[in-house]
Amino acid sequence: MTDVRLDGRASDGGPGALLPSARPVRFLTDAGAAARPRPRYPAPGPDLLRRAYRAMVVGRRFDAQATALTKQGRLAVYPSSHGQEACQVGAVLALDDGDWLFPTYRESVALVTRGIDPAEALSLLRGDAHCGYDPHRYRVAPQCTPLATQTVHAAGLAYAEQRKGTGRVALACVGDGGTSEGDFHEALNFAAVFKAPAVFFVQNNEYAISVPLERQTAAPSLAYKGVGYGIRSERVDGNDPVAVLAVLAAAVEHARSGNGPFLVEAHTYRLESHTNADDATRYRADSEPEEWRRRDPIARLEAYLRRRGHLTDEDVAAAAAEAEDLAARTRAALNADPHPAPLDLFEHVYGTPTPQLDEQRAFLRDELEAEEVQS
Amino acid sequence: MTGPEPVSVTMAQAINAALGDAISADERVLVFGEDVGALGGVFRVTDGLAAKFGDDRCFDTPLAEAGITGFAVGMAMGGFRPVIEMQFDAFAYPAFEQIASHVAKMRNRTRGRVELPIVIRIPYGGGIGSVEHHCDSSEGYYAHTPGLKVVTPATVDDAYSLLREAIDDPDPVIFMEPKKLYWSKKDVALPARTAPFGRSEVRRPGADATLVAYGPSVPVALEAAEAAAAEGWDLEVVDLRTVVPFDDGGVAASVRKTGRCVVISEAAGFAGVGAEVAARVQERCFHSLAAPVLRVTGFDIPYPPPMLERHHLPGVDRILDALDRLQRDDEPDTRYLDLDGAA
Repeated sequence: MTDVRLDGRASDGGPGALLPSARPVRFLTDAGAAARPRPRYPAPGPDLLRRAYRAMVVGRRFDAQATALTKQGRLAVYPSSHGQEACQVGAVLALDDGDWLFPTYRESVALVTRGIDPAEALSLLRGDAHCGYDPHRYRVAPQCTPLATQTVHAAGLAYAEQRKGTGRVALACVGDGGTSEGDFHEALNFAAVFKAPAVFFVQNNEYAISVPLERQTAAPSLAYKGVGYGIRSERVDGNDPVAVLAVLAAAVEHARSGNGPFLVEAHTYRLESHTNADDATRYRADSEPEEWRRRDPIARLEAYLRRRGHLTDEDVAAAAAEAEDLAARTRAALNADPHPAPLDLFEHVYGTPTPQLDEQRAFLRDELEAEEVQS
Repeated sequence: MTGPEPVSVTMAQAINAALGDAISADERVLVFGEDVGALGGVFRVTDGLAAKFGDDRCFDTPLAEAGITGFAVGMAMGGFRPVIEMQFDAFAYPAFEQIASHVAKMRNRTRGRVELPIVIRIPYGGGIGSVEHHCDSSEGYYAHTPGLKVVTPATVDDAYSLLREAIDDPDPVIFMEPKKLYWSKKDVALPARTAPFGRSEVRRPGADATLVAYGPSVPVALEAAEAAAAEGWDLEVVDLRTVVPFDDGGVAASVRKTGRCVVISEAAGFAGVGAEVAARVQERCFHSLAAPVLRVTGFDIPYPPPMLERHHLPGVDRILDALDRLQRDDEPDTRYLDLDGAA
């Protein structure tokens, strides 16, 4: 029996149908011209691309602002996604409002793109005990730090949605390092066995802190990891916003239509250090990020849209203004001194505190009162 | 209106009935794990559930405990109430990261906006002649993890009632089933309801000393109390039932009455639940105590092979020996090695 893949290639239903393209899917050259040969995925329309452009500009400014605030001591730590804006924005724009996103700690730009208030999006990184936003309101799980553990949650949530017949999809973000964790493999396997509408989106940014990709895997590409689980997989130029949107749209559609999970590997690059606390010059040459800056996703999309007449100087200025506005709001929110309430530490350990927690809360309350009397 | 007549039921059957009744009562309740479907679990605890309620309510999964647990997290976020089975105590260790980092913390990380009403059933403990990795007393790991409730029944009706309560609880519950009590029997009328979480039960009233036990050690404590009665000791046996939340009030009331306390636990004693109980008792009851609080626990060794496990597990003789050391005189206890070389 022959069926047709989403990218138009015919398949015989064998393992070949699952295989990713030999080279990452790309619509744009590094300079933002139309790449040849043209990928067989349907190209996103100009309205979506204009939204993506605006969101990337805003996201990059937000990322820079968060980095600056970290240097000023306003955030405990900040993992930048500078250079990965096509992935950050693409992961969100590929989803409907009802779909779920399972982010890692590096997805702050994705969170802001989803409409989450910047101060809420930065709660955990600011050093608070909670994720800030209401996950159910935005359908965004709390940012996840233990690597790849959230991918299994995405599989489970996708299966829950499938059982309820909602047509909703869950998209899990994970990095190249995360694909070495056992939970990533268990997530792929569970999602495939239960045919859950989950999309696994690997942002391969070349480094897991300092460890380069060749120390993570001997696979021809991380996208091949899906094939062993029976999952349709694809690889994409992660700095090509048109390609990211096209492939993720196909992946989400594949999952939503009841075909089971989909794995996408995006080839991208972390221009900054792992976090502000890291020093990338210790493990990579300065020439490397310079090389990747030539494939800047914002510049590529801007050149493409301008050439086609879909982006004007006014549009560019408007995006820049929106970015400055968000940066200003972020600064204002984070420059206000937070006043976390110590007694709240006991509030959400259980639905109803245990008698032991009530005791400990009273103990801390007495300590605080004694401090107040002294001061 | 009269309830059903009591009939002889095993603990495994009571758990099975609780699962079935919970599935019937709430369409969000799902039972899944390894071999829980057609086989009915390696201990037959889920026997017949898939056939009776459909294999979409009780179903097998891939063999991957972290996967099962993380999948349950996602399903709970999606509105279900998963009841998952870890096949054996030591096989739950791959799931520990999911349990400690997510199951236990999700409520806190979301300020209560995301609840995880998950029950993780874990057959645990020894005394069944099984080989390595099948007999661990792992309750301490979970009890030491804030955000989890840790429940372990010692009686058939408690097994039913505590499991129903666990499934209804908005918070995650580690439900630890003493393997060696799976086939213990009692005449009960199901559905039985016993005391809620956080309440210990006096299984045998007494005046001279309190034996505090939980799960598999409760019948051992009762047996020891019977044997001690022949020697003239009137012992009280307290069954914790839930390690978290802990019944400080109930335990302290008993010890204040008797003035003496022995804590019994199968687990390795060092830094274990037994140590926590002993510490809490002396903190709260010091002025009522006539003797140091003693522990009778497993040794601090990997769980021994079946041919030697009887030397490891707390037994009647070891408990009676501890009673003898509850200092009826002012002589120091000579049992402890002189490790500091002072004497």
